[in-house]
Amino acid sequence: MELSGAEILIRVLKEEGVDTIFGFPGGAVIDIYDELVRSDIRHILVRHEQGAVHAADGYARAGNTVGVCLVTSGPGATNTVTGLASAYMDSIPLVVLSGQVPTQLIGNDAFQEVDIVGITRPCTKHNYLVKDIGDLTRTLKEAFYLARSGRPGPVLIDLPKDVVKSKTVYSPIKKVTLKSYNPTYKPNIKQLKKIVELIADAQRPVIFAGGGIILSGASEHLTALARNAQVPVTTSLMGLGGFPGTDPLWLGMIGMHGTYRANMSTGACDLLLSIGVRFDDRVTGKTDSFASQAKIVHIDIDPTSIRKNIPVTIPVVGDCRSTLKELNAMLTKADLGDLKKKRKPWLDQIEEWKSTKPLAYRQTDRIKPQYVVEKLYEITKGQAIVTTEVGQNQMWAAQYYHFDHPNHFITSGGLGCMGFGLPAAIGAQLACPDKTVVDIAGDGSIQMNIQEMATAMQYCLPVKIVILNNGYLGMVRQWQELFYDKRYACTDMEHAPDFVKLAEAYGAVGLRATKPQDVEAVLKEGLSVAKPVIMDFAVEREESVYPMVPAGAPITEMLLV
Amino acid sequence: MREEKHIFTMLVDNEPGVLSRVVGLFSGRGFNIDSLVVAETVDPKVSRITLVSKADQPVIEQIEKQLNKLINVIKIRDLTGPEAVKREMALICVNAKSDHRAEILRIVDIFRCKVVDVGLEHYIIEVTGTGEKVAALLQLLKPMGIKKIARTGPLALLREPS
Ligand SMILES: Cc1ncc(C[n+]2csc(CCOP(=O)(O)OP(=O)(O)O)c2C)c(N)n1
Ligand SMILES: [Mg+2]
Repeated sequence: MELSGAEILIRVLKEEGVDTIFGFPGGAVIDIYDELVRSDIRHILVRHEQGAVHAADGYARAGNTVGVCLVTSGPGATNTVTGLASAYMDSIPLVVLSGQVPTQLIGNDAFQEVDIVGITRPCTKHNYLVKDIGDLTRTLKEAFYLARSGRPGPVLIDLPKDVVKSKTVYSPIKKVTLKSYNPTYKPNIKQLKKIVELIADAQRPVIFAGGGIILSGASEHLTALARNAQVPVTTSLMGLGGFPGTDPLWLGMIGMHGTYRANMSTGACDLLLSIGVRFDDRVTGKTDSFASQAKIVHIDIDPTSIRKNIPVTIPVVGDCRSTLKELNAMLTKADLGDLKKKRKPWLDQIEEWKSTKPLAYRQTDRIKPQYVVEKLYEITKGQAIVTTEVGQNQMWAAQYYHFDHPNHFITSGGLGCMGFGLPAAIGAQLACPDKTVVDIAGDGSIQMNIQEMATAMQYCLPVKIVILNNGYLGMVRQWQELFYDKRYACTDMEHAPDFVKLAEAYGAVGLRATKPQDVEAVLKEGLSVAKPVIMDFAVEREESVYPMVPAGAPITEMLLV
Repeated sequence: MREEKHIFTMLVDNEPGVLSRVVGLFSGRGFNIDSLVVAETVDPKVSRITLVSKADQPVIEQIEKQLNKLINVIKIRDLTGPEAVKREMALICVNAKSDHRAEILRIVDIFRCKVVDVGLEHYIIEVTGTGEKVAALLQLLKPMGIKKIARTGPLALLREPS
């Protein structure tokens, strides 16, 4: 039987287990939409294509699946670029389907034509232009395979209108193989043996884990490794939740706004087990002094991550989950000596760092943003899925909400993309309808994709938005305060909407707290409503995030409160 | 760290856009390309790219890994060492006034290259060989006045085991 391109597309999406698509229609995809609404795939009509991609990102992370978007040609496609770039940097599996003008018009500067494959080449794992309906099935299957395998990432498929309309006999493809693409999952056992020896010899080991732990579903193996070998753990921003934030071996986050003990331990350790990380500059600070006393083990599925920024003693290419499973099996057979005794001086030292220089802020009669996050953590019992915007709000969320589970902290880590949190929360809420989903937001960032409030309303998604409203582009203001003599160039948001009324205009609930004593009540009330809620917290305007490592300094040189 | 020239040769899918993925990788990551040669292989679905880049060792390692990571790159090898044969080609248009014509032809003969176009006042010379040979020839022709030149970067092919 002959099927149209649009019909084949829907078939393959179903085969790939897609149940939800985030999108926005237009002329070039009208045929796909016509077919889509006849299927049982749920379509979420966003209000801006950037929102579609971030929502798919949140959906993919919270639901441990591939996020799918559908947008039209031209502006629809260009609006996805920021979302793709964010997902690419954070290795999130997405498939973005963009409409394209008919093949015979490509290159003619046709109406709503852009070379989206050219534009997104550097911010996708791979992308395709399907010029022949005969290539459609294979391309779609490859796209899903590439998106979710190896180091995951976004894949874009550009679909010219005539290809979608034309017909061909559909022949399903069961298994995809690519001769040029074979990610290494299984680690080299010889390398693991060396790691076991290093762990046995180490006096001051530290585990530094990242997003790879979460992407590969390795957090239980990571936790077992840390506990069995009594090694304290820090993670990057992307790794939060990969190790329980309430475990005694937890050091807190590393890096520019890492905890004192995480950064000091990294500086002093003699063995750094880096797992599923890519040594971003926000983590390492000055690379020459990063973990300079340590032998560095680096486990990652992407060979290009290894020795890109940091020289390593033992490289291991492999998937975090398989590698840690194997390593744990080897460690249980190894003789690690009396670990309690051996680790005591090191863990005591860390405890001293923790008790003398804890995460802290000064309480005043204004609402402290950190306090809002602490209260949120308490009230939600640490069980909420938290998305963030970007800036100080993001760092306070990372510091003061202690994540015990993977896939619960969803943030634009690599790109640091303002406007991410609300659409990502919508995606997360769709993936996890029974969870409390909170976007910890800044007053600046929330305005970048505020239009998605309408999406949340349309699909009855009770996402909660906690705005830490300082009236500033706070993180930039903080840099200006510290490094530019308090010249606050263009960071004072002199005019802001009334967020309570704005929520109400969308048909959502708006609440506000202006005094510390109101915080708890507002949070409790807001969290109890089964509707989207914006909670506007008027916080101390010039509060800064500490610790802070000035850009380019060693991470052991922190500015503290 | 010391910069070294490396010759990479890779088999890639012969599809539109593949070259731009390779070149985009270099510009996007700040790697440099000294030269680049691309053509189809005996399999029309596969092209061979030969690329020369100059960088220090860690960057060379990154370049190779990053190229490998491109989905359309089927295979890549660093053929810098003696295990590969290398050849470059140049077309050189040199001034050939009457008092120089014989001298130029002698040089052409010594270098075992060819005159492929003759005019009253010029020769176009075709030369193939190692980069050093091409450079030496250019050195000798320079005094006569080189009007224009077109050079390829090197091609490299792994020797078969003997
Ligand atoms: C799209 C985008 N534009 C600009 C920036 C630069 N930037 C980083 S943090 C920040 C301030 C964000 O302000 P707000 O959302 O109010 O958060 P706060 O830092 O005040 O908590 C800015 C402008 C960015 N990260 N993303
Ligand atoms: Mg702000």
